[in-house]
Amino acid sequence: MNDMTPNQKERADKLEGMGCKRKRVEDVRFVQGKGNYVDDLKLPGMVFGDFVRSPYAHARIKKIDVSKALALPGVKAVLTAAELKPLKLHYMPTLAGDVQAVLAEEKVLFQNQEVAFVVAEDRYIAADAIELVEVEYEELPVVIDPFKAMAPDAPLLREDIKDKTDGAHGKRKHHNHIFTWEVGDKSATDAVFAKAEVTVKEMISYQRVHPCPLETCAAVASMDKIKGELTLWGTFQAPHVIRTVGSLLSGIPEHKIHVIAPDIGGGFGNKVGAYPGYICAIVASIVLGQPVKWVEDRIENLSATAFARDYHMTTELAATKDGRITGMRVHVLADHGAFDACADPSKYPAGFFNIVTGSYDIPVAHLSVDGIYTNKAPGGVAYRCSFRVTEASYCIERIMDVLAQKLGMDPAELRLKNFVRPEQFPYQSALGWEYDSGDYHTAMQKALKAVGYDQLRAEQKAKREAFKRGETRELMGIGVAFFTEIVGAGPSKNCDILGIAMFDSAEIRIHPTGSIIARMGTKSQGQGHETTYAQILATELGIPAADIMIEEGNTDTAPYGLGTYGSRSTPVAGGAIAMAARKIRAKAQMIAAHLLEVSEYDLEWDIDGFRVKGAPDKFKSMKEIAWASYNSPPAGLEPGLEAVNYYDPPNMTYPFGAYICVADVDVDTGSTKIRRFYALDDCGTRINPMIIEGQVHGGLTEAFGIAMGQEIRYDETGNVVTASLMDYFLPTAVETPKWETDFTVTPSPHHPIGAKGVGESPNVGGVPCFSNAINDAFSFLGSTHIQMPHDNWRTWMAAEKLGLHG
Amino acid sequence: MAKSHVKMTINGKPVEALVEPRTLLIHFLREQLGLTGPHIGCETTHCGACTVDLDGKSVKACTIFAVQADGGEMLTIEGMANPDGSLHVLQETFREHHGLQCGYCTPGMITRAHRLLQENKDPSESEIRHGIAGNLCRCTGYQNIVKAIQAAAAKLNGREFKEAAE
Amino acid sequence: MIPGAFDYHRPKSVAEAIALLNDLGDDARPIAGGHSLIPMMKMRLASPSHLVDLRGLADLAFIRAEGGEVVIGAMTTQHQVIASADLAARLPLLRETALQIADPQIRYLGTIGGNVANGDPGNDMPAVMMCLDAQYEVQGQGGSRRVAAREFYQGAYFTALEPGELVTAIRIPVPPAGHKAAYEKLKRKIGDYAIAAAAVLLEVSGGKITRASIALTNVGETPLLADAASDLLVGQAPDKALCKKAGQAAAAIAAPASDARGPVAYRRQMAGIMTERALIRALGL
Repeated sequence: MNDMTPNQKERADKLEGMGCKRKRVEDVRFVQGKGNYVDDLKLPGMVFGDFVRSPYAHARIKKIDVSKALALPGVKAVLTAAELKPLKLHYMPTLAGDVQAVLAEEKVLFQNQEVAFVVAEDRYIAADAIELVEVEYEELPVVIDPFKAMAPDAPLLREDIKDKTDGAHGKRKHHNHIFTWEVGDKSATDAVFAKAEVTVKEMISYQRVHPCPLETCAAVASMDKIKGELTLWGTFQAPHVIRTVGSLLSGIPEHKIHVIAPDIGGGFGNKVGAYPGYICAIVASIVLGQPVKWVEDRIENLSATAFARDYHMTTELAATKDGRITGMRVHVLADHGAFDACADPSKYPAGFFNIVTGSYDIPVAHLSVDGIYTNKAPGGVAYRCSFRVTEASYCIERIMDVLAQKLGMDPAELRLKNFVRPEQFPYQSALGWEYDSGDYHTAMQKALKAVGYDQLRAEQKAKREAFKRGETRELMGIGVAFFTEIVGAGPSKNCDILGIAMFDSAEIRIHPTGSIIARMGTKSQGQGHETTYAQILATELGIPAADIMIEEGNTDTAPYGLGTYGSRSTPVAGGAIAMAARKIRAKAQMIAAHLLEVSEYDLEWDIDGFRVKGAPDKFKSMKEIAWASYNSPPAGLEPGLEAVNYYDPPNMTYPFGAYICVADVDVDTGSTKIRRFYALDDCGTRINPMIIEGQVHGGLTEAFGIAMGQEIRYDETGNVVTASLMDYFLPTAVETPKWETDFTVTPSPHHPIGAKGVGESPNVGGVPCFSNAINDAFSFLGSTHIQMPHDNWRTWMAAEKLGLHG
Repeated sequence: MAKSHVKMTINGKPVEALVEPRTLLIHFLREQLGLTGPHIGCETTHCGACTVDLDGKSVKACTIFAVQADGGEMLTIEGMANPDGSLHVLQETFREHHGLQCGYCTPGMITRAHRLLQENKDPSESEIRHGIAGNLCRCTGYQNIVKAIQAAAAKLNGREFKEAAE
Repeated sequence: MIPGAFDYHRPKSVAEAIALLNDLGDDARPIAGGHSLIPMMKMRLASPSHLVDLRGLADLAFIRAEGGEVVIGAMTTQHQVIASADLAARLPLLRETALQIADPQIRYLGTIGGNVANGDPGNDMPAVMMCLDAQYEVQGQGGSRRVAAREFYQGAYFTALEPGELVTAIRIPVPPAGHKAAYEKLKRKIGDYAIAAAAVLLEVSGGKITRASIALTNVGETPLLADAASDLLVGQAPDKALCKKAGQAAAAIAAPASDARGPVAYRRQMAGIMTERALIRALGL
């Protein structure tokens, strides 16, 4: 790129290809209020469905009386499990090999579980009718604490599978047990620990949270009984998967199901799975022959669909006295709620949690995860992260600080000492992954220098002295976190969802006049795919991005794809679109050779077309080639210029980054001010720096929310007490810190354009960085670990425990 | 319950309709009038996705009944563009500075920012952050929204916008 | 979240509003800004059959001086309180407090009358009014009466208002120029109720505190007047140690609930810290 002539540079700039801060094309409609979200949809004859939900966390349903609701004018139908059972739709399969009740049959297992579905002419009547459905319950003992769920006398939660001794991943150990998942070499690890010079152990909990996109989940189902075709619009991060699942469940042939995901108001993992609302809307539309809309309200969203985390990680490191890590041992108690509805690739019941050795060269490790049932909502989604990677990153980055503290070493120094070295890539981790590329030392050194790390530590030292002398009531914390993500699921050898390999796809058509439509198997929820995929194509095909339309979300027109989550769009579909473009370019080269009357081997690519080597004025632009492909293709060559690619990546990609946070903690109120937050990300090749920066800002803000206040909290009787935005912490512009962003570039060696994905990195690295900062503030007083979220009262309690309130 | 007759001006056009008293303004706009720019995010007055401008005030349309807006003058995102159809300065600067991602909070955010700039021609960063504190965004982390509003203020004041050094 | 059905009334005068409320009885609820009542209705925690909308009572939106008092009409919005230059000069505590209530959109509609009258212990203005020793003008069918803010609050959502009565105005004795006041509110985020908050009003003369008044928000079923804490200040020369002692005395009367804002011990302690900090700030220590 650097040795371009001015003419070439001008032509390249015109393309708005990879690497430029192209303005987003989707914004034109969004800033005018012309986005098209599911709830904006209005169809003739459309009716509205809404749920009757359980007030109890665990109760037997004695009786459901819908007669008064049915008698209300405007009510069209009321569905209960009794109506769904003959259709075998009262339970639906989950992505994790379990089943989930669509409408509760005999028991309810969490508060706000779906019990009946009321369909009425509008949402006002539906809301009135809900009040009229009479359900008689008999309360049962409740299990909320995951540590009590496996007690021998714990109440049996899942009566429907009580005789099932084998789960999807092996033997069940207890009636509330789902699976045990083990990775690594247990005996070798135990041996290392037995003779280790130094060990640390900490129970690190990652609280239950919720992705809470601003738009809740919604669907409109419309059954055309004459044609036998179902059209389903919805908030789907993975529309094709919804179509396949919908077909398998309903028996409607897959080609007669049209799934459409229009604009989506944020997903963050919330909109990957299938929810009872979708099923009920479909059934109601089949029953009534009318379109049925279902839209969650915020309380339903926070209390019934798709929690994340709830991982309780007993974490150990073994090391030498001089700080060389020799082994890692982790046991996770994973609270999956009432049904195992985790959205993970089939073979990974704890997702990619085995990335838990992080960025460090740890020779031996062992991990075991026990999944269990409690009376909480199902979910276990990847909230702005690749499957369970946030949990893993929090686990390793927190325990690294605990080890540094024990060794009396600086946390940055400990990390530098143990990083996987650049020459070790591709690096085989002790828990089974092959890291593609990285230069961790360079990134870390750049970050330390950028923030003036040594000066910060000196300032902290002075402040601690002043605190001890009683001159200040503020403590300064410096959080260091270095993360390695694993994204882009994934190679089909590792990853599938319900048996469907996790490839992704692109279909490109160049029109005679040289403009393009490209259709993708992914689905943007704010990431800006319409902008960035076009940039990849612009560079690959020499057609201006402005002449390229990207389309996603319509399963009738888009090639089959697995959707957008786990930062997989760029690593997987980004690969597909580059590979499809290269097929087109190869054909274009043949056409250009024909037009220029030379051999195709005499041609070379030049920004936006082919030129004859050594005769640069003999040139055919892609636009000319496109016309020729429809007008005068070479003899024997198919007309047209189109390509499809289904890209099965050879490996996942491993973005990484170095984050540093400076926090000031008010010991007397427990409130915290984030003074500074610096984030260096390496996502490989950068497609659109503006969008990358925006992704980092957003991910850091979500990380800030999680670390500092988010919690889906239940009381002892199973009431969810943080189910509205009054209590569930979403930071406003006032609380949100200012972000400083930076980068290094280490391309992925196996990816067609070297890109790794970035959307989730800031959440994966951000949470431990905030938490480490708060923990670091108190570490000189002997505190090793304070549980998240670090809201005011918990931080104050930590100070109280340390005797800081006199 | 009897329906009420309401009359108001929305985006410069007179509107008359019959509404149930309990019809929330946001549902009236979205479902009866087809103005789907303002969105529903939280329903408890926390997120501001439903923000519209009513009689010179930013209000959350999910927590006011349509009958209460009777006689009022309203502006929604659909009425923000200039009379010639070109984008309003805020619409331009939000795009220019990447002040939006999924677009769901954007109509409320821009409508709110518009009122803020009517009341305070040249707000500081802190005044902007407090001024949009009733509007939640889950995607952007606000930094570029603040920048977009600063840039709009500068443009409206005939000044060149210079980003503060980070 | 959809409210139940109701009939809507928009009276044009206070007399008409009161007549309506009395005729309709328990099934009717007055609505001012609506930001407490409408969410309750949407969650079906309140289902009035009639709403009597007070926004037509334009004559209740005013701020004026009457002798040594400032009188604020009940339908004055928080936004208007913030915008009033007169209040900013004579009673800056009100502006300071109003700025900490909810968010801009809610302050455009939320009224000072609604904030003081509905008896929500999380509201900020009640403690401030107790601190300032304000009087509420209350009108009912039988005429009008005045109730001291300090006598008004009886329990969570329980006040001295009788059915069919409305608070129409708030009368605040203006403290002398040079008085010192502050409202310190600890909250999780913008828009949230206080973990604990304290309003303080002080007069200092000849190096001694001559008058002190302290009231606490959201650490009890009602706002709390911290008499013992303020008594401890009067006659003393202000310093930080004294503020700390007063804070401890204020914490001693706090009886908060344990909720998502924190456990009892924490929130009680915060009532003290907020008091201490409000005093220190007001006194410029």
